[in-house]
Amino acid sequence: MATTLSAKALTRRATSAPPELRRKPRPLEVLIQAFFFACGAVSILTTIGIVYVLGSEAWLFFRSPEVDLVEFFTTTSWVPAVGQFGIWSLVNATMMTTTFAMIVALPLGLASAIYLSEYASPGVRNVLKPVLEILAGIPTVVYGYFALTFMTPLLRAILGRDVVEIYNTASAGLVMGILILPLVSSMSEDALSAVPRSLREAAYALGATRLETAVRIVVPAALSGITAAFILAVSRAVGETMIVAIAAGAGPAFTFNPFKAAETMTGHIVRISGGDLSYDSIDYDSIFAIGLLLFLMTLALNLISRAIMRRFREVYE
Amino acid sequence: MMKEKASHATRLEPSPFGEEVQLKRNLAARHRAGAIWHALFLLALIIGIIALTALIYNILDQTFGLVAVEVKVPPHELAQDGVPLEDLSTEQLIALLEARVSKGVLRRLKAEQPLEQRDREDLLSLVYERVVQPKIVRSWSLTDSLLRRRSVEMEVAQKYPSAQLQFRSWLNPHFVSQPQSSDPQVAGVRTAILGSLWTIAITILVAFPLGVGAAIYLEEYAADNALNRLIQTNINNLAGVPSIIYGMLGLAIFVRALEPLTSGALVGGVADPTTANGRTILSAGLTLALLVLPLLIVNAQEAIRAVPNSLREAGYALGASKWQVIRDHVLPNALPGILTGTILSISRAMGETAPLIVVGASTYIVYDPHGPFSKFTTLPVQIYQWTARPQQEFRNIAAAAIVVLLVLLLSLNAAAIIMRNRFSRRLV
Amino acid sequence: MIRLNFELPSLTLGKSAALDASNPSAEEDSYALEVRNLSVYYDSFRAVKDINLKLPKRKITAFIGPSGCGKSTLLRTFNRMNDLIPGVRVEGEVLFNGYNLYAPGVDAVEVRRRIGMVFQKPNPFPKSIYENIAWGARINGYRGNMDELVEQTLRQAALWDEVKDKLHQSGLSLSGGQQQRLCIARAIAIKPEIILMDEPASALDPISTLKIEELMRQLAEKYTIVVVTHNMQQAARISDYTAFLMMDEDRAGYLVEYGTTAQIFTNPREKATEDYITGRFG
Repeated sequence: MATTLSAKALTRRATSAPPELRRKPRPLEVLIQAFFFACGAVSILTTIGIVYVLGSEAWLFFRSPEVDLVEFFTTTSWVPAVGQFGIWSLVNATMMTTTFAMIVALPLGLASAIYLSEYASPGVRNVLKPVLEILAGIPTVVYGYFALTFMTPLLRAILGRDVVEIYNTASAGLVMGILILPLVSSMSEDALSAVPRSLREAAYALGATRLETAVRIVVPAALSGITAAFILAVSRAVGETMIVAIAAGAGPAFTFNPFKAAETMTGHIVRISGGDLSYDSIDYDSIFAIGLLLFLMTLALNLISRAIMRRFREVYE
Repeated sequence: MMKEKASHATRLEPSPFGEEVQLKRNLAARHRAGAIWHALFLLALIIGIIALTALIYNILDQTFGLVAVEVKVPPHELAQDGVPLEDLSTEQLIALLEARVSKGVLRRLKAEQPLEQRDREDLLSLVYERVVQPKIVRSWSLTDSLLRRRSVEMEVAQKYPSAQLQFRSWLNPHFVSQPQSSDPQVAGVRTAILGSLWTIAITILVAFPLGVGAAIYLEEYAADNALNRLIQTNINNLAGVPSIIYGMLGLAIFVRALEPLTSGALVGGVADPTTANGRTILSAGLTLALLVLPLLIVNAQEAIRAVPNSLREAGYALGASKWQVIRDHVLPNALPGILTGTILSISRAMGETAPLIVVGASTYIVYDPHGPFSKFTTLPVQIYQWTARPQQEFRNIAAAAIVVLLVLLLSLNAAAIIMRNRFSRRLV
Repeated sequence: MIRLNFELPSLTLGKSAALDASNPSAEEDSYALEVRNLSVYYDSFRAVKDINLKLPKRKITAFIGPSGCGKSTLLRTFNRMNDLIPGVRVEGEVLFNGYNLYAPGVDAVEVRRRIGMVFQKPNPFPKSIYENIAWGARINGYRGNMDELVEQTLRQAALWDEVKDKLHQSGLSLSGGQQQRLCIARAIAIKPEIILMDEPASALDPISTLKIEELMRQLAEKYTIVVVTHNMQQAARISDYTAFLMMDEDRAGYLVEYGTTAQIFTNPREKATEDYITGRFG
């Protein structure tokens, strides 16, 4: 009797699931999961779309007889009307505005991060931080307006009207620096506050002042996080459009004088596409070539920034 | 022996830190340096505050101010029998219009609404618009208007002897309610506001479900494998792509490749045959949706991650399926965070300009958009276009439009903060 | 108030029955769960190894042992909660009414409906007290009178008198002990056969703990309860059977000894058990 029972029991166990526990078909669950996956996949499609669109139109551009790849990367004159496509005049202007933006954003951003993280009392923080958040939330077109109607007249008043043109890269760059300041500040502050308290206490216990602790101990410890913030700030400045479109100038020019007008890559794209642009023209294709270069530049900067950040996280977590 | 030697050494060699006095002096210098740098760090923040103040000041400075107005027919000439224009009766106003307005214009006005049926206010404004015809010949900033009034008056007397000096708020009810115009005096942002709202509506409609869906997938479903890591990395990278690149994507995909769809031709909804191309509100909304999607996903992911795992376990332990747990516990608890993040993403979209210019915002439309297939302009695009004009009056209305935009954004953000506070209070 | 349970079990669970599973007896229907050669892995780390156990119906079985010995991990294999943790792999069998819960084709969701769970920290849903009870029933397709079910369940959980006037207030408005009883009520509302409790009173004050323990004794008349506790007095007070687990040198949890609570606490066979319960260890 016992043996038959046990045999029966064994066969019962061997047969997979009892009816009441058997997996039920749940079509809704499957459908929903598929939908959510599709939502996630849209981001992949977006990337593919960007790469495909920029790549294929840029390919058309470089293939056209008027364009020479070597000329594109080595000459400094961009006059599509006469078939001159030297990207350096645009890249140079982008580098000028970016440099000015960094001159403003990096020191001010880092200094305010140090202040907020190492000096400010919670009360002061609660007052000062929203100011930076508001600065970060203002649309860039408003900054463009500010650059054109405030910063430029200010520069002209200080340096003379014959020195500073109405459109100039310095004014656009300086205002861009204000726009990017909150980004540098908040990322650097995150990096600084991730430095363990024990490190600060160790410094204080050795008789260091607050400044020495902040500058000699905390900042070096957070250096990779701060570096990541700086690189991301550069990327933002390179891709920033409206300020330069409004205030930097509306025509490509190869100049190292920051008080002269010069058109950046982004500014050029906006101006060309804002006009009556006919598809399949060399102008149309050219903005995609510029766009591709812009995309690759910012992507490289972002990837470097993220890589540095990841290393930084590994150290303290 | 050893000990003796050691004490001997200390006696003979000076302390490596120097004498007590020097140490103190040193310390004072260090404290001084500390104080100076403390001030410098604070200065960086103060510069930020100054910049913000200057920005707001600059905009308000341009929004209000004195204007010199020249009129074609001075109002006092229209006074009848000593009764000033303002106090004329309805009949007198109609007679005035009949006498002084050209036949063609009069016919058009009557076609809109017979003069007799119009009220006095309306007639009076018609007289101003058609007969008096004020024209702003020069405008001054608020600062000049308040601090240099005397010299402004002198300038007006010299250069525009027939002009009258008035104080004008460029931001006024008329400005908010009227469509765009080539004349800055009567131009308004009605078209632009409606365009912005339409575009944003489409952006929300597309980006919200997609973004929340992707966030749910990544947080609740995705196993840790190469594909899902790729999706996550990809989203993080997309968040750093300059907005203008999205504009080019929108131009190539939505405007050109999907033109039959975005122009409305495919669904038979072409709003305006002259605009039967893809440069529509729909294309703009979709472009902005792709633009804010990464930001929205990352925000939603954070909100979902913040839902305590114990709630999920409680749900599963009761025999709930995955979707039941997500629907009834994860989403309701993540909702305040998701909504706050969504509003922040939306306010980003609301202020975007560059991608919309690339996608093809119209430079001049005076008709209200009436659907996803209309041509579009938005508030930031309008600001850009006005800013790009050299005339001072366009700068004034650009400033007024900025005030409108900032007020809109501010109320959006206030809504986000209120929502966050209310929901989080209920949860605890 | 401490009530040691010296009542002799109705089932004779000798060493062979407890540890030797090769002889499935005719009494198998008196067991709620039977664990055979169970091992649990976190990726390559083996957290629990070679567990063999038979848990009698309508009794309270306590798992005791030093922290980290895999008590909770073992408990969570009984309703397949470990499925939710990435990287967890289960080897061996858990028989429920004679059926292997880990057989292919078994639906974890169905398993959890029949084998409920109460967690260490009270985790009521941030919904009303009423909704906390009703939700589980509703998603499991309960069609009866919900008000009745809620009242009846709350009465069973000895919570009705305390909450009957505020059923529509948030479950989070209750005290910690009340919250945990709400969680127990929530679990029994869907009429499971087994209730798993993972240190249900460890986050509570002594008075709340006592109430939970009384409630567990009452529930044992209808339900099989498996409870993990790090509190030996608690195990002694409330359980009918006790399983003692320990870590081996690879930090894998294994079953040292299993028997009636009276036997484990008064006459442990293993030296390790004796050391543990007399406080010479962990």
